[in-house]
Amino acid sequence: MKRKHKRLTFAAVGLALVGVAAALALSAFEESIVFFHSPTDVAEGKVEMDRRIRLGGLVEAGSVQKQADAVTGFRITDGAHAIAVTYQGILPDLFREGQGVVTEGRLRGATFVAEEVLAKHDETYMPPEVADALKKSGRWQEEAGKGAAKTGGPGK
Amino acid sequence: MTAELGHFAVILALFVAAVQATLPLIGAQRGDAQWMAVARPAALLQFLLVAVAFGCLTNLYVTSDFSVVNVAANSHTDKPLLYKISGVWGNHEGSMLLWVLILALFGSAVAAFGANLPPALRARVLAIQALIAVGFYLFILLTSNPFERLIPAPANGRDLNPLLQDPGLAFHPPMLYLGYVGFSMAFSFAIAALIEGRVDAAWARWVRPWTLAAWCFLTAGIGLGSWWAYYELGWGGWWYWDPVENASFMPWLAGTALLHSATVVEKRDTLKGWTVLLAIITFSMSLLGTFLVRSGVLTSVHAFATDPARGVFILVLLIIVIGGSLALYAWRGPQLVSAGLFQPISREGGLLFNNLVMATATAAVLLGTLYPLLLDAVGGGKVSVGPPFFNAVFIPLMLPMLAVMAVGPLLHWKRGDWRAAVQRLWPAMVAALAAAAGAWALVTDGPFLGPVGLALAAWLGVGTLVELAERLRLGRENLGRSLARLARQPRAAWGMTLAHLGLAVTIAGMTGAGAWVEESIQVMAPGDTVRLAGYEFRFDGARPTRGANYVATTGRFTVSRDGRAVVVLNPEKRVYNVSGQPTTEAGIETRLTGDLYAVVGDRGTTADGRPGFVTRLYFNPLVAWMWGGLMIMVAGGALSLTDRRHRVGAPARRGIAAQAAGAD
Repeated sequence: MKRKHKRLTFAAVGLALVGVAAALALSAFEESIVFFHSPTDVAEGKVEMDRRIRLGGLVEAGSVQKQADAVTGFRITDGAHAIAVTYQGILPDLFREGQGVVTEGRLRGATFVAEEVLAKHDETYMPPEVADALKKSGRWQEEAGKGAAKTGGPGK
Repeated sequence: MTAELGHFAVILALFVAAVQATLPLIGAQRGDAQWMAVARPAALLQFLLVAVAFGCLTNLYVTSDFSVVNVAANSHTDKPLLYKISGVWGNHEGSMLLWVLILALFGSAVAAFGANLPPALRARVLAIQALIAVGFYLFILLTSNPFERLIPAPANGRDLNPLLQDPGLAFHPPMLYLGYVGFSMAFSFAIAALIEGRVDAAWARWVRPWTLAAWCFLTAGIGLGSWWAYYELGWGGWWYWDPVENASFMPWLAGTALLHSATVVEKRDTLKGWTVLLAIITFSMSLLGTFLVRSGVLTSVHAFATDPARGVFILVLLIIVIGGSLALYAWRGPQLVSAGLFQPISREGGLLFNNLVMATATAAVLLGTLYPLLLDAVGGGKVSVGPPFFNAVFIPLMLPMLAVMAVGPLLHWKRGDWRAAVQRLWPAMVAALAAAAGAWALVTDGPFLGPVGLALAAWLGVGTLVELAERLRLGRENLGRSLARLARQPRAAWGMTLAHLGLAVTIAGMTGAGAWVEESIQVMAPGDTVRLAGYEFRFDGARPTRGANYVATTGRFTVSRDGRAVVVLNPEKRVYNVSGQPTTEAGIETRLTGDLYAVVGDRGTTADGRPGFVTRLYFNPLVAWMWGGLMIMVAGGALSLTDRRHRVGAPARRGIAAQAAGAD
């Protein structure tokens, strides 16, 4: 094989790989990108039914209810609106009322059915999206970011 | 006093690093031997100073000096000694100090053992190391000082996050950092080579052991982290394609490619520019990983509270290092002239194919990891890219690579005969078909990838053994001579065989646990049973227990199969005294065929109204193979490192060039 042909072969294999990867990525993006929404987005009807989304905010104080068959019901709030959520399974160790939480699942009627409740390793960790959602609804306090979350206080 | 001493040592180290970063570089440019000679003592002194600083911080932790903010926030007098020590790096400030300690350690190793490196190359390498160090010392001193005082001192500390009080995680960060930071050596050598405008076989021979060592540590670190997530988080999973996990995986992918392309430079004196570029990319991925983990810009299940100011600092550092090195590469890279090209079907061709796939996979993971940031930056909304994306892109890319991986080592350098190689691989083909058929017969309703994954694992495993047999000329000469050859195999060759075998075992484990995992979540009252994968889990109830610094609810499951008791699992849900933070300790029985895994959660009521506990049960087929395979890979890398030919800086430049020309 001539030098030029060799170079061409390597370039072609490289390009083919990149092309395959790009095609795979594009087709996977369609199905696997999950948008983040706040309770206000849901209340305002910005969220399609049955589409997989992430819903985040604070777990409303006093809203956690244990139901039969390992189902837990609770409400996620951004201070302006609150959405009812159900989840079947073991909640992460650091799931607590008044703390920031991100759930992934689908909206079924007025209830958000969570398939996953994202865990965190650190009580003081606030997912960036939740912090942003709280800022947007005007309920963000520096304190909330430090873990001692209080909803309904004056925004910062 | 200790805290001030530590702080002072870091400041001194900054100044030493500043000198080490400038004088030797200028000296090397001017050919001034005296200025170049500054590099070695400076590197050793710098290491000494950071070691003093690190020792001070460790001392503060061990003696529980709560007048230091960092200790008060992350330690407690009741904590076991191991976790007092691991607490040093179980927090942001301390972990950055560990970062620079390891950076200085590698620099001092070059200074101490690089006696036969050409003086100009050594001076430049050490100067680049110091330049990186300067950035991180500034970072520590300006944004993350671990020695800050707290006045008045509290009576006791706030304790280390209980999740981190675990032997697996005690050693995970040092391992990971030895890997991340170890790639700085390859980077420094690459930048030095660009300044010199020359890369040769000797250069590759110096770069390889450092890259290999870093790769071993990184592999072990990723393995430890994944194992920890598996047993400590109680989700039964071992990899989530989480940004923080990807942050450690990208340098691993790029580093693996670098390891292989450096081999081509060493043996065949070609692919030079590409190898230098890979070295730059690999370390850039390490820096990017540090940025992603430390800045908290992405939602991660492994994230800890973060401070945005630090993120910005690392981002600037990242841009300077990556931008600067790529600019230098664009300017000087074309001067690196490689020896002639090789045929596409050849050993080099196989290695290059590995490189192309690894690089593409790195790019794909990078895209998926950074996409949420990019989209948010252009106002496209907040998204997350989850496992479906990575599985859909990453797995198809790996399949052809694994297929080629068994063939590559059988090809000759320069010009290979793929038909002959494939013909010799008939035992691997038989094994692959048998594995696929067996998997198909056992699990008919599983995903398509299950049998494919096992077939590839068998193909690679047996293919690697075929290659070993070829090297021994097994069956073509009498057995005695083959065995004599076996004893004479260089350790580097054994290393390759072991690492490839380890990957085959790991792939089998990933396939099993990924494709055929069985899970069951329910509320169980004492006496209830659940059937899973042919096993019967009987819940015998839960009782309160007490540990050194926690109280726990300990559940008891009796697992039986066909009426015979197999094992009793005792998962715990702990609540730590100081922080009140709960953690989950899964009950796991590891067997060759798979793990029995049980988690006990909160109290609940069963569907028919009886009181019980929420439980989560798993059968994870072959999952232990994954960590076993990773250990084999690390052992292979370590064995290769002990090879005489890889001993750090062992051969002089001239000697090597002659050897390289004579070899093969």
